[in-house]
Amino acid sequence: MKIDKNQLLRFTTAGSVDDGKSTLIGRLLYDSKSIFEDQLAAVKNSSKQKGIEGVDLAMFTDGLKDEREQGITIDVAYRYFTTPKRKFIIADTPGHIQYTRNMVTGASTANAAVVLIDARHGVIEQTKRHTFIASLLNIPHIIVCVNKMDLVSYSEETFNSIVEQFEEFSSKLLIKDVRYIPISALNGDNVVNRSENMTWFQGSPMLHELETLHISSDINKIDARFPVQTVLRPQREGFEDYRGYAGRIASGIYRVNDEVAVLPSGFTSKIKTINVGETEVEEAFAPMSIAMTLEDDIDISRGDMIVKKNNQPELSQEFDVMLCWLNNAPVKSRTKYTIMHTSNEQKAVIKEVVYKMDVDTFKRNEEDKDLTMNDIARVRLKTSHRLMLDSYRDNRSTGSIILVDESTKETVAAGMII
Amino acid sequence: MSTYYLNYLEELESEAIFILREVWAQFQNPVILFSGGKDSILVTHLAKKAFHPAKIPFALMHVDTGHNFPEAIQFRDDLAKKLGVNLIVGSVQESINKGRVAEEKGKNATRNALQITTLLDSLEEHKVDCAIGGGRRDEEKARAKERFFSHRDEFGQWDPKNQRPELWNLLNGKYFEGEHFRAFPISNWTEMDVWNYLTKEKIEIPSLYLAHQRDVVKRNGSWIPNSEFLKLEPNEEIVSKRIRFRTLGDITITGGIESEADTMEKIVEEVSTMRETERGNRSDDKRSETAMEDRKKDGYF
Repeated sequence: MKIDKNQLLRFTTAGSVDDGKSTLIGRLLYDSKSIFEDQLAAVKNSSKQKGIEGVDLAMFTDGLKDEREQGITIDVAYRYFTTPKRKFIIADTPGHIQYTRNMVTGASTANAAVVLIDARHGVIEQTKRHTFIASLLNIPHIIVCVNKMDLVSYSEETFNSIVEQFEEFSSKLLIKDVRYIPISALNGDNVVNRSENMTWFQGSPMLHELETLHISSDINKIDARFPVQTVLRPQREGFEDYRGYAGRIASGIYRVNDEVAVLPSGFTSKIKTINVGETEVEEAFAPMSIAMTLEDDIDISRGDMIVKKNNQPELSQEFDVMLCWLNNAPVKSRTKYTIMHTSNEQKAVIKEVVYKMDVDTFKRNEEDKDLTMNDIARVRLKTSHRLMLDSYRDNRSTGSIILVDESTKETVAAGMII
Repeated sequence: MSTYYLNYLEELESEAIFILREVWAQFQNPVILFSGGKDSILVTHLAKKAFHPAKIPFALMHVDTGHNFPEAIQFRDDLAKKLGVNLIVGSVQESINKGRVAEEKGKNATRNALQITTLLDSLEEHKVDCAIGGGRRDEEKARAKERFFSHRDEFGQWDPKNQRPELWNLLNGKYFEGEHFRAFPISNWTEMDVWNYLTKEKIEIPSLYLAHQRDVVKRNGSWIPNSEFLKLEPNEEIVSKRIRFRTLGDITITGGIESEADTMEKIVEEVSTMRETERGNRSDDKRSETAMEDRKKDGYF
């Protein structure tokens, strides 16, 4: 297999309880020959115990004891498969309303979202919620799979009317790229192989779409942002004066000799060297992990950001975010949370809840402002020091934050800077 | 013109280096859990890259069951010396001598589960607040649920149903005194990715992974190596086979496969046509459907 050009594509699957999400993933793994024989034997064995003829594809994605017993997904599970064209990571997330937080988690790093619709039921509330979250998390590509086409006699009219329903409600959302595919996960129509039952469909099977989506532009390569993770001071022979700034480039491209500014201090300098491991390179781009040295001796530490002199983020202490509340305990007013943003950490308070979002109707609620688990709201944050901010729409990496409750140490909220 | 995207191995490498640096930045006293197996060797190699030109800032911690492949121990000692890093060894035998744990009894007795106590004791003794492991999500269904930063309570326990959500690249490594974290920088790698990378980077691994002649016994469908710890059943006989190991664990429970793959390139080729998971030859995972989940909840690797 040629690996030098094959990219990694992360996608998330969203669907309701019975629309065949697990079956679809099982089908993808099975037909792309990513299931091993001992796994197959184990599933065949369990299928038999449950009284199911043949292989229950859905069981390939079962994980924890409770999930197997209850037949549901509780947590985000990650699956892997590789084709001759790409490596894939699936973030398999549960569809129930109480698991919005897991959907948000799985969506945060995805290049693509696969939204499943049961052909018999068409667009339902959950479809809207999943699509809303995909648009909120700014997932670059959405693939709508109309599943169980075998149960509607592979009807083109049914498919077209569902596409129409989807177009109608999603026109209110910010979505860049959406495709529709009629499938039957159970029988394998249009999943890996082209369906012989739906010759009217001119598009590609799902796997082909996933293999060919243009994802090189998913990461912002325009605005150079380099959050400093840690400072490397080797203090060993040959490197006495070495002071390297280590981190993962969040966006953009850096070259040796580039004029840079260090934020928040604002001091400027030039890039002297860039290293990827032991190798010195002339240029580096997101999402590479590098170490950089500068011409001048400037005081730089974790949490600082090295950017291009002529392209800088906004420095601010007060800003709005779309916040998704992830914790069982509701928002406590006047509480100081720890805010984590790139490698930076400060204190933050929620100054104001501007409105709460109804994820089923997309309506704003300006009356009820109490935030509990799975709520999504626009809030105004105030931080103890200035942060280096980009909007989430422009930059998923420098536009995202989490809040940590110091009294429990738990991650309680995720936010996207507006 | 240059292309401005990474291939998947470069992206996995970059992600792992990011996690390793994040561990260093967020924790006081992290260690790498080092078994001498290919995954922990890979993690150590990635740590070398992450901190170059500085030395690896983590000690290597090995939980020694006393039932080792001698080659793996030699490899461990040589690597620690070469990298100039501190090696901490927690001994299961010592835990048995001190009465902290008792040997399992019966035909299929192993020291696998006993490692948990030794591991947790060693972490406590050395005040380790983050143990970096080579666990991968593709290995096993309970591991598929792991976070990069995985919280352990003061009893060393994992609560898989109540894990901290992990979004974007924002890792929350905050803990109360007495608790600790496990970090898994190669979570997203598959067995195939590991072999491709080890080959590409020409990373040295113990010769046990390459095909070699060895005295073995057929047990539960795997070739278990002969050693001083092996108790032969009446119907078993020792034969000499050309085998290699896909994983390295306790010598008493790690089965080899018949193979002619004696170079890295041949292994990559062989793994790509493999029809069984690598842990399929580990009898520790075969005990029950939830063997890994149960052990992990108790504090296992």
